Amino acid sequence: MFETLILILDATLRVSTPLILAALAGLFSERSGIVDIGLEGKLLGGAFAAAAAAAVFGSAWIGLLFAIAASVSLALIHGFACITHRGDHIVSGVAINTIVAGLTVTLGLDWFSQGGQTPALTGAARFTPITLPFADQVAEVPVLGLIYSELLSGHNILVYVAFLMVPLTYWVVFKTRFGLRLRAVGENPHAVDTAGISVAWVRYRAVILCGVLCGIAGAYLSTAHNAGFLKDMSAGKGYMALAALIFGKWRPVPVLLACLLFGFLDAVAVRLQGVSLPVIGEVPVQAIEVLPYVLTVLLLAGFIGKAVGPKAIGKPYVKERA
Amino acid sequence: MNQDTQSYAIELEGISKRFGAVQANKDIALRVPAGTIHGIIGENGAGKSTLMSIIYGFYEADAGVIKVDGQAVDIHNSQDAIKAGIGMVHQHFMLVDNFTVLENIVLGAEGGALLKQGLNAARKELKRLEQEYSLDVDIDAKVEDLPVGLQQRVEILKALYRGAKVLILDEPTGVLTPQEADHLFRILSSLTEQGVTVLLITHKLREILASTNNVSVMRQGEMVAHRVTAETDKDELAELMVGKKVRLKVDKEAAQPKQTVLSAEQLCVSDSQGVERLKKVSLELKAGEILGIAGVSGNGQSELLNVLSGITPMSSGSIAFAGQRITAEQPKTAAQMRALHMAHVPEDRHKMGLVTGFEAYEAAVLGYHDADTYNGKILMKRQAMVEECQARMAAWDVRPLNPHLKTANFSGGNQQKIVIAREVEQNPEVLLIGQPTRGVDIGAIENIHEQIVKLRDAGKAILLVSVELDEIMALSDRILVMFDGAVVGHVSAEEADERTLGLMMANAWQEPQGASA
Repeated sequence: MFETLILILDATLRVSTPLILAALAGLFSERSGIVDIGLEGKLLGGAFAAAAAAAVFGSAWIGLLFAIAASVSLALIHGFACITHRGDHIVSGVAINTIVAGLTVTLGLDWFSQGGQTPALTGAARFTPITLPFADQVAEVPVLGLIYSELLSGHNILVYVAFLMVPLTYWVVFKTRFGLRLRAVGENPHAVDTAGISVAWVRYRAVILCGVLCGIAGAYLSTAHNAGFLKDMSAGKGYMALAALIFGKWRPVPVLLACLLFGFLDAVAVRLQGVSLPVIGEVPVQAIEVLPYVLTVLLLAGFIGKAVGPKAIGKPYVKERA
Repeated sequence: MNQDTQSYAIELEGISKRFGAVQANKDIALRVPAGTIHGIIGENGAGKSTLMSIIYGFYEADAGVIKVDGQAVDIHNSQDAIKAGIGMVHQHFMLVDNFTVLENIVLGAEGGALLKQGLNAARKELKRLEQEYSLDVDIDAKVEDLPVGLQQRVEILKALYRGAKVLILDEPTGVLTPQEADHLFRILSSLTEQGVTVLLITHKLREILASTNNVSVMRQGEMVAHRVTAETDKDELAELMVGKKVRLKVDKEAAQPKQTVLSAEQLCVSDSQGVERLKKVSLELKAGEILGIAGVSGNGQSELLNVLSGITPMSSGSIAFAGQRITAEQPKTAAQMRALHMAHVPEDRHKMGLVTGFEAYEAAVLGYHDADTYNGKILMKRQAMVEECQARMAAWDVRPLNPHLKTANFSGGNQQKIVIAREVEQNPEVLLIGQPTRGVDIGAIENIHEQIVKLRDAGKAILLVSVELDEIMALSDRILVMFDGAVVGHVSAEEADERTLGLMMANAWQEPQGASA
């Protein structure tokens, strides 16, 4: 029983990783006032770029760089539409998602001729598990040994990066000048403008950071969690990250917890596939998979606390004519 | 006058600014002696706020020179203005509500990439400023928890923290209670003792007379006069502010008012913040008369229109209309008021009067779309709507005469005619009409005025709200003046002149008692 729990938690960490990275990406964007429903597209674009570059160059790290570059480019398109041209954030985000969904498959077919997939990645083209020091030695120690060797050790570097990003994001958002301006611009851009700071520049930087984190999340999907790119492999993780962002009320630590909760539900769903529970019988996987969205809707409807986003979110900034 | 020996904190020469067709500022010259409070007064749209926004770098002037302490400076954005030692307290505070006072103050002047040292340094500096200028605020409080008076103090501290030597305040007392306003003026005068120069923009004559050293008057984008406050008085200022305008002529017979059709008792309205916007307004409206509501915009006229038409609920008071008594407990919606034959031409035709994406014939039935004439239960009676609209447009001389043209594509005057025709053709008992000729060309103004008078002569009761004093004086049979949410004056059309109304609008009117005026 304990072992099963550890295995489920272990899986939770692996499924949560892209959620955490993407949700933190969304946190930067949305804290600056830019709605980002395009997390999904950036995730998918990053995954494709990472797998394609890793397949060609044989290096997961080069893949990661390409993933970040692709994702940041998409983020800049979103920024150009929403910040410079004051376009509708949702429309721009959905457009990016749609384009990326088609483009990745089309380019994949053209470049690799494997039905839209990239070649299977092996060796250095993938991020491989890292065994933490002494993991093997302590494996036999009851409880703690298992937690250390199974749960904490044996993940690839990007998993650790994702978790480190949480305190780092917290620090940037709440302890730095950039963070203060970021939060201010999402709440009242007029205050930022009259303080002599460029609203657009702060927002562009936020959007670029969002791109970087989504790129890492994408690379994780195709070069760490899986061994290559598959059509639509982001499978709604971008939307789930967005839900986690709202569920965590745009704050890094609660967002982490929301991601872990959603990841846990996902891991449980996989585990319960085809298993017949006593009394209830077989639980349809979909019933569990839908929970993150149901929870988010309940939250938004005001049943679990209250989710109040940045005040100026989704509103283009226009200097008003006095 | 020893003005030549004085040093000037701010000098403006030939400042001009145009927004499209509107010349907001025209060849403005202004000299503000250092260490004084300098008032700038003018009516709505006189160009005061634009001028201040230019000094603060929010807009760039098309032409002209700005000098600070005798040196010409280039101000392209707010950062430049801040560097030149200019600070501004905006009418609507530029604060981040869920930040602390301290965070708001350091925003944009954090002093380093990490917040900690910056915040600590700011904390010390603010202690000093608070003591020097006796501006107490709890700097760790969240701004949203502070009353407006304190929020304004935060804005002042924000400017001083940036080393402002010139402080611009745009209508600073609009949101303050009288006590808070008094306190503000005490703060301002202590600031000038410390060498700060204050530019005070307001339309309230009393504040100018009570607190400034010098005063400049703006009218229609131009600087029309400079006075030493001690050498002028409210009558002169009011006249300068309003100007001797060419009287608008409207041919009309004397009114023949009949029975009272609408009476309001002690109406109060509070906004979502709980601030009282309408304060115990009582009025009576008779059939066959035009009652004009004068006032500088934002003094409760919009709230009055909205509460009478049923758009906003009243917080207390009552309205008697069409045999019904409407109170806060027994409210009526806008649709119910319409059904009782109260028509409403809203002040902002784009936001409230029209759906600009609709074709003219659709816009022409808004609010009455459930009437059997238009509503065929399942489908709208399109043919009937178009035909009726066509006939109305012809009668009201709406051009182009095309019921299928989108309302956005008509000129302002023709849009307004569509709205007024829609309301008037329903044959209402009472017509509430707000800013009927705002943004309307001269030809259409005449036409609209004639129609309003015609409606009055047909025995209808009309309540006219306008910020155009000419219009009020030309059309009204009786005039109420509003200030700060309350009715402060009541004059008949014969007694009304610009000066009296100007003084009332600035809440500086005193009943003439013998010789003292």
